[in-house]
Amino acid sequence: MSAADLSPFNSPFAAGTAGPSVRAVKDPFHGDLLEVSMGPQHPSTHGVFRMVVTLDGEIIVKLKPVFGYLHRNHEKIAENTSYLGSMPYTDRLDYLCSMTTNWAYALAVEKLAGQAVPDRAQYLRIIMAELTRLVNHSCLVGFLFNDLGTSFTPLLYAFREREKILDLFESLTGSRMMCNYQRFGGCRVDPTPEWLAAASRLVDNFPRFLDEYETMLTGNEIMLARTQGVGVLDAAKAVNAGITGPCLRASGYNYDVRKVDGYGFYPRFDFRVPLGAHGDTYDRYMMRVLEMRESVKILQQAFRDLPAGPIMDPKSKLRGFRPKAGEAYGRTESPKGELGFFLVSDGSPNPYRYRVRPPTLINLTLLEDMCLGHTIADSVVILGSIDIVLGEVDR
Amino acid sequence: MLGSGIIKGLAVTAKNFVGSYHDPARMVTEQYPEERPKLPEAYRNFPFLVTENATDPMGTLRCVACQICEKECPPQCIYIEKSKDKKPDATGKPQLYPAVFAIDTSVCMSCQICVEVCPFDAIKMDQVFEVAATNRFTGLLLNREQLAKPNSYFHQIHPTDAHEVDTRLAAERKAAEEKAKAAAAAKAAAAAAKPATPAPATATPAAPKPAAQPPTPPTA
Repeated sequence: MSAADLSPFNSPFAAGTAGPSVRAVKDPFHGDLLEVSMGPQHPSTHGVFRMVVTLDGEIIVKLKPVFGYLHRNHEKIAENTSYLGSMPYTDRLDYLCSMTTNWAYALAVEKLAGQAVPDRAQYLRIIMAELTRLVNHSCLVGFLFNDLGTSFTPLLYAFREREKILDLFESLTGSRMMCNYQRFGGCRVDPTPEWLAAASRLVDNFPRFLDEYETMLTGNEIMLARTQGVGVLDAAKAVNAGITGPCLRASGYNYDVRKVDGYGFYPRFDFRVPLGAHGDTYDRYMMRVLEMRESVKILQQAFRDLPAGPIMDPKSKLRGFRPKAGEAYGRTESPKGELGFFLVSDGSPNPYRYRVRPPTLINLTLLEDMCLGHTIADSVVILGSIDIVLGEVDR
Repeated sequence: MLGSGIIKGLAVTAKNFVGSYHDPARMVTEQYPEERPKLPEAYRNFPFLVTENATDPMGTLRCVACQICEKECPPQCIYIEKSKDKKPDATGKPQLYPAVFAIDTSVCMSCQICVEVCPFDAIKMDQVFEVAATNRFTGLLLNREQLAKPNSYFHQIHPTDAHEVDTRLAAERKAAEEKAKAAAAAKAAAAAAKPATPAPATATPAAPKPAAQPPTPPTA
């Protein structure tokens, strides 16, 4: 890593008109720069996200992300609610993947209280987390193609598959998206053998959908032209900015919390971490597709090895839960990156401090660096490939 | 060849288009208002209060106004006022009841925590989903009369759960009855034994305190 790699980022607060890729202006008819406010009600910003874009013609010379439109005081609410009471609120952080968010929070509280989790619950957690990864990534690729302009067909094919997994979640936990499934020391409901059989069948059929999807889209010339070499993010910059998840791995840096931390029972599973080479939008898309294939492998192993037994630690209790004073940080590899919960307990029923490390907010910080020099239409695609959820960005 | 990727993609789209007319795996759209969705048993939306008897819903609420759900509810959408008097519950034990029990369903997020913390199986999750009101303030603020639904309804929507709850409650009631009967028998035995052995009060074995025992259930 050279000194040049460690150069300061294009901060949203610094004057960014002199970015590396501002083209030399020799055109006598060249006009002034134009500042456009994109969002928060723009359909391509995936929620209430706003970008203040300075344009030279169609080329972006400066981009300032503005967020906070969906801020709802999540951390402060959690500091005034019991530990159990914030569990349903964590569903609403990343509302596409409530199971992994639940797990990250449960992991932090279990660390804080020193609780053990039975084997069956550990396996169930992995099953739920990997099903959630399938949900999230199939959503993401669908939306990415929507951003590319293939209005709706790829999105609906992806949503058709996602819907099947959400039906499974609904029949198990009672809700499609707000699952509220994990508890401190285990899981809330035990799936029936019929549920497991249905889930296993779905997972076995999933690669067929991926193959069809890839036949339809991965070789598409328009898609290749629009994504290859667009929004390049180099690994050194990504590491310095704290980017995690598929965005970091697309740049070729091997960092996966499932491998690094080995939380839960992940060390027992045989899976590979896909890595990109260029760090462009195309790599970020392929990363999601390959991760889905790896998730299918993990799920098949989990269904094969799922042990019988209790799903809750008998010592855990719902009411009057007061962990002793201390602090804990629990982190998981959510589909979007490293999702962590930092909790400080003072021995009372509420956490003294509750902090979320949201992957998408941190992944957004390099949006300007990825977008500079590209057209405004590309910025939409780059934003789509980062995979943000505003519920988690703004909290 | 340039363009072959697009043609391959179009072939997939064509396959899906044709399949959407005959292949059940690709016919996924439900014609909702005409075709009612089949809800899974676990489906939950908004809590309701369980009553034992459909003819007298307010008299047979299982809720004893302990206010645990009110305290645990994350968005604080439950409001309970305890009664001043006591009414006998299903086992005949005099219990408090909620004079006011209101849930603001416009705030409720159907998280099920009230159900999990309730020690009396008095509050359960409903499956209503077509909820609309014409008044934005009071239309969705449900009071106890609107919340109360009979146990038979609970059996209808969550059969497995309801069966488990009923067996457990029946076992508890039976145990309580037997305990009460045993206490009554012990009391009678102590009363019968008292005149026979006029020993000093300090020497008598400690008889069970009547106050600590649940009274015998009156005939319903």
